[in-house]
Amino acid sequence: MQLETTINGNTVTLDFAAGEFLSETLRRYGYLSVKEGCDTGSCGLCTVWLDGKPTLSCSTLTARMQGHEITTIEALAGEAEEFARFLVAEGAEQCGFCAPGFAMTVLAMKRELKEPTVTSINHYLAGNLCRCSGYKGQMRAIVKYLGVK
Amino acid sequence: MDYVGRKIPKIDGIGLVKGTPAYTSDLSINNNALIVKILRSPHASARITSIDTSKALAMPGVECVLTYKDVPQTPFTLAGQSYPEPSPYDRRILEDVVRYVGDEVAIVAAGDEPTAIRALAAIKVVYEVLTPVLDVESALDNEVLVHTAQPHTNFDVGCDASRNIAAAHSLEFGDVEAELARSEVVVEQTYRTQAQAHAMMETYRASTSFDVQGRLQVMTSTQIPYHVRRHLSHILGIAKSKIKILKPRVGGGFGGKQTASVEIFPAIVTMKTGKPAQLVYTRQETFSCTTSRHAMILTVRIGADRDGTIRVVDIHTLSDTGAYGEHAPTVFWVVGQKTLPLYSSVCRYHGHAVYTNKAPGGALRGYGATQGTFALESAVNELAEKLGMDPAELRLKNLIREGDSHEALSGSVAGAPEVLASSTLHRCIERGMELIDWKKKYPGKNLAPHIKRGYGMAVTMQGSGISKIDTGSVTIKLNEDGFFTLSHAASDMGQGSDTMLCQIAAEILEVEMEHIIVASFDLDTLPYDPGAYASSGAYVTGRAAVIAAEQMVQQMREAAARLLKLSPAEVDYENGMFTGPGEVQMSLSNLATTLCSFAGMDQLVSKGTYGGETSPPPFMAGFAEVEVDLETGESRVVDYVAVVDCGTVLNENLARIQVEGGIVMGIGLGLYEEVRYSSSGRLATNSFMEYKIPSRQDIGEIRVAFEESHEPTGPYGAKSIGEVVCNTPAPAITEAIYNATGVRCRSLPVTAEKILLHLGN
Repeated sequence: MQLETTINGNTVTLDFAAGEFLSETLRRYGYLSVKEGCDTGSCGLCTVWLDGKPTLSCSTLTARMQGHEITTIEALAGEAEEFARFLVAEGAEQCGFCAPGFAMTVLAMKRELKEPTVTSINHYLAGNLCRCSGYKGQMRAIVKYLGVK
Repeated sequence: MDYVGRKIPKIDGIGLVKGTPAYTSDLSINNNALIVKILRSPHASARITSIDTSKALAMPGVECVLTYKDVPQTPFTLAGQSYPEPSPYDRRILEDVVRYVGDEVAIVAAGDEPTAIRALAAIKVVYEVLTPVLDVESALDNEVLVHTAQPHTNFDVGCDASRNIAAAHSLEFGDVEAELARSEVVVEQTYRTQAQAHAMMETYRASTSFDVQGRLQVMTSTQIPYHVRRHLSHILGIAKSKIKILKPRVGGGFGGKQTASVEIFPAIVTMKTGKPAQLVYTRQETFSCTTSRHAMILTVRIGADRDGTIRVVDIHTLSDTGAYGEHAPTVFWVVGQKTLPLYSSVCRYHGHAVYTNKAPGGALRGYGATQGTFALESAVNELAEKLGMDPAELRLKNLIREGDSHEALSGSVAGAPEVLASSTLHRCIERGMELIDWKKKYPGKNLAPHIKRGYGMAVTMQGSGISKIDTGSVTIKLNEDGFFTLSHAASDMGQGSDTMLCQIAAEILEVEMEHIIVASFDLDTLPYDPGAYASSGAYVTGRAAVIAAEQMVQQMREAAARLLKLSPAEVDYENGMFTGPGEVQMSLSNLATTLCSFAGMDQLVSKGTYGGETSPPPFMAGFAEVEVDLETGESRVVDYVAVVDCGTVLNENLARIQVEGGIVMGIGLGLYEEVRYSSSGRLATNSFMEYKIPSRQDIGEIRVAFEESHEPTGPYGAKSIGEVVCNTPAPAITEAIYNATGVRCRSLPVTAEKILLHLGN
């Protein structure tokens, strides 16, 4: 199958098999920041933005991407690096495998939550699992990054 | 000190967060590899009476279908351990017998994944279904045998397949039964731990191909690259020199990747077809068809006097190693090794690790110490209640102290018990009591008629490397512009050993960390290291880095002296500058450039190798505040205080995250991570939908403090930290739940259902 969509600001024509999920398509096209950690939409590793909203690309059919705008962390290098500096200052990235999907959710959250609190941040990020960090260092980084009082 | 002890970010951190391609699947994506899939047994125990692959082989795009008839029948273990491995050689690549639901039946390789999956369905297998052994308590001496032939073992580990025993062990110091008879108070209880999953975010995967020299190249997400090479060489019958191992960034391991669960399958496909191959396990395969923490049933007997003097500790363990014995003997031993030294010189550890027709046990952070700590510390808490003593005071009165010796401490030889060279465990307990306000808050309080809070505590010890066995090396090369390459195979899986070794070297070489390149990818260029396990990175490879860096400084001073026509004693080195009498000086950059050129002709390479005579234990005291809702049965850890003695803290940020991550893994073991099998032996909890690891919403406050000791044999006084941190939550939490509700749950995890059932009774 073929369709036209926008990835990181570029209009592209995607060639894909029926039934292929967006995470697979994106990795096949070289957007290797997109990771997969489960087969059940549970872990958040595959998070990209679909029309600006954080979306699980592992459970989004590529066939539905006609005319949409997809953003991966490759397009947000400056912003991602800014957040990354807070995260690594806490040592909280650890193995890093969940980090790009997690960062995509955090950057979306920054746009969406007007006055973030620890509670609302935890709620927003509940779908992003991490087995290394224990989450507390991630929260310390986010609180500093967003300037949460 | 400029680098040791500071909060230094990991050298790969920014890149990983930004999604820079770095993991196995990222680096192998463009080689048009065959996709490898495994056909798995639907039965817990069966014999393959016929297997017909002709339809699968005839499918367009299918390159190869392998059954037991097509592969070498060399027995082996997949455990990543120094040779000779203690684990029994009870596996073959494929066999005509399957021993658990998910055991490998056939290997398929095809041009794309859908074809490979269709080919699996086209393989026709006829099974003679056999009666499985699913209940660990009836495995020993069951008439049904999981392994009908006795596996090879490299030395006696008590393996006896005719009794379903993978390993047996008995260790006694003093006369335990006599001491129990003399004790005024005896606690005897049985505790059960579940087969916790590693649940690392990157599932198991490996990619294989032949390189330009015709060597088998294996890129794998592993903690044990050298052991992987040795295993492949043994299993496939090819020389180690013909195998090239690449270890990219690893997306978490926790001991799972200390077993070579997947490499063999794409490797044999590449051997058979000559083509690149890759295998990526699904999450379901990762749960069901690799290893997990050995489930155990532990019976503890503690004898004490009424004044609270603990006289004797006896621990009997029945460990469920599942269908194969990866790490079965060693995990089993460690239960005793990391518990017996704590309380009493009279003590015993004994029991069996038995085969069952379930998914194999293996290495998981804590490696037996976690199970042993849950049982022993729960029993100590029960003893405190029986004595009417504060459990913290009971521990302060009895625990081993720095300077004490114990025959069960690692490094002991008969008649010469090892001395505990470093411990602040008593201070850890006292500090923890202050932080959680123990004296005021223990044992608990009511917040509302149905909301109760309770407090509980536990202590633990681990080791630092495997004494007298595991030995690692580091090499340092001075490059032509005055920067260094530090090479090692300690196999960073995210915990930060690349960074920590770089910190140590920078400290000694007196250069910025940016001037030290860490090489840890291509085994061809790396010195030997057993890998990332047994809490060895900081202690074993860290010491090797100290030795290598000190040797490099010495070599540089000698070289500078030669070029400056001085004696080495006349040359000082400080911050990248060599100075001699008068105004004589030479920069590091100048020295390096000269040495690499015709004028100097002496490329400098240094090395350090270290293995511990002992395995110095880190310690931790953990305190839990748990809230229980009596209406829902739900428990929540509101606050967890951890005070850790890891010797010198080499990097405070990385150490703190190890503690927090370990505690959350321990909370998962204690409360959430339930493992369920169907009556026919299928693992039901095989996805993140069914197997609940803690999410960020499950975790309350975690407070971490360090009480540094100075370990004389450690680099800068450091001991390990990666494993000791996950042991205390389960016993501390179950005790807190008891103090909140009166429900004593001795079987993990303490789910809401269990609490409600107990309350109903």
